Amino acid sequence: MTKVSMTVNGKAASGDAEGRTLLSSFLREELGFTGTHVGCDTSQCGACVVHVNGVAVKSCTMLAVEAEGAEVATIEGQAAPDGTLNTIQQAFQDHHGLQCGFCTPGMVMSTAALLKENPKPSEQEIREYLEGNICRCTGYHNIVKAIMAASGQDVSAIAAE
Amino acid sequence: MYNFDVEKPTSIADAVAALASDDEAQALGGGQTLIPTLKQRLASPSKLVSLSGVAEMQGVSTDGGVVSIGGATPHGVVAAEVAQSYPALAALAGNIGDPAVRNRGTIGGSLANNDPAACYPAAALASGATIVTNGREIAADDYFDGLFTTVLEEGEIVTQVRLPVPEAANYQKFVQPASRFALVGVFVAKFADGVRVAVTGASEDGVFRWSEAEAALSANFSADALDGLSVAADGMMADIHGSKAYRAHLIGVLTKRAVAAAA
Ligand SMILES: Cc1cc2nc3c(=O)[nH]c(=O)nc-3n(C[C@H](O)[C@H](O)[C@H](O)COP(=O)(O)OP(=O)(O)OC[C@H]3O[C@@H](n4cnc5c(N)ncnc54)[C@H](O)[C@@H]3O)c2cc1C
Ligand code: FES
Ligand code: FES
Repeated sequence: MTKVSMTVNGKAASGDAEGRTLLSSFLREELGFTGTHVGCDTSQCGACVVHVNGVAVKSCTMLAVEAEGAEVATIEGQAAPDGTLNTIQQAFQDHHGLQCGFCTPGMVMSTAALLKENPKPSEQEIREYLEGNICRCTGYHNIVKAIMAASGQDVSAIAAE
Repeated sequence: MYNFDVEKPTSIADAVAALASDDEAQALGGGQTLIPTLKQRLASPSKLVSLSGVAEMQGVSTDGGVVSIGGATPHGVVAAEVAQSYPALAALAGNIGDPAVRNRGTIGGSLANNDPAACYPAAALASGATIVTNGREIAADDYFDGLFTTVLEEGEIVTQVRLPVPEAANYQKFVQPASRFALVGVFVAKFADGVRVAVTGASEDGVFRWSEAEAALSANFSADALDGLSVAADGMMADIHGSKAYRAHLIGVLTKRAVAAAA
């Protein structure tokens, strides 16, 4: 076991990890940030996406020890401390961008990364960026709408079905 | 996953020493291939030597028509950094997997792994790249050695990749939608002294150069120059996603598209 320290959502956090401990397991089991979901554990689904030093990564495919000293952002840090949803989260709620909600933490974190790079993405750009985030419920349509809305764009242009 | 130790050297010399000190040790690039392999217990190294903290292996520079990329540079950084200097390479790097994979996966890891459906091997071979390791410089033509195999020795690491920038180039990837790898991919690169065409995802021997197409395109760089040329289905890979004949056919189609897009 090694002691691993990092900053999670702006606060110092540390815990014990083996060499093989995944960042997803470390966040969930050692630090208690269970908002990061593990869907596939095979780098396919994106439910586990968090930001490490400002970029989106699949936390099921990164070792916890590799995040030593890093700034990590998870879904728990997205809403304000009083629970007020941020713009992206609110847009997902308003546009029904989730059903079971299992993929949502990864969707929101990928969206945050997208909007940082590209504040007004087109529908095509949104769909391409979310290639690594799989949703079994929504059919993606309302997710795309939510992201258009979160980036201050006209949602009515997205077909209704 | 079996347990292992992790070392995080900060120089090439320390990384090479860490790998040499233990014959069960293995290099860790972005882990986008290796971690899934470890989860399946297909490998059980005693120690992983992480290359992500080696500053000399990070970043991109362009000098005298050659793009040099540190072996531990993630795909996403390559896509952004060579957008002006080598747009076809930027497009290839920016279309590997998905954004999160591109933020971790590295060019050195991709070239060391030599997955028969990977994209970078096609770029390296078509560009006539030089693969620089801790001990030597290897021409791309001599580097790839069949499926998942290269001429790299135990403990040898890819520290840099140097790619001459062609006059015109394009990569066409026929995406396998579930894996996001190439079902077939063709990279066409036109240099002053001739055209190189490298094909990934198709052959049982891994990435290869399609020499008939190179000869035809060197004489006349247009999609029409490829009329009548075809690749034999024999020796192609076959799986549930595509037969040998289908892959062979795709090579012709994608090469034409690449030439049309590059010309
Ligand atoms: C969902 C998904 C989609 C993907 N889609 C594509 C795609 O479309 N096209 C594509 O080309 N690839 C694709 N990949 C693979 C991806 O590009 C990997 O990042 C790459 O193949 C391996 O690079 P890595 O840095 O992650 O290496 P690792 O996984 O860390 O290592 C792979 C192997 O290379 C060795 N190694 C690592 N770095 C070095 C080095 N510098 N020198 C010597 N040996 C080294 C390791 O020991 C290991 O054997 C995809 C991966 C995933 C998970
Ligand atoms: S749990 Fe990490 S990609 Fe699915
Ligand atoms: S809302 Fe159920 S998986 Fe996306």
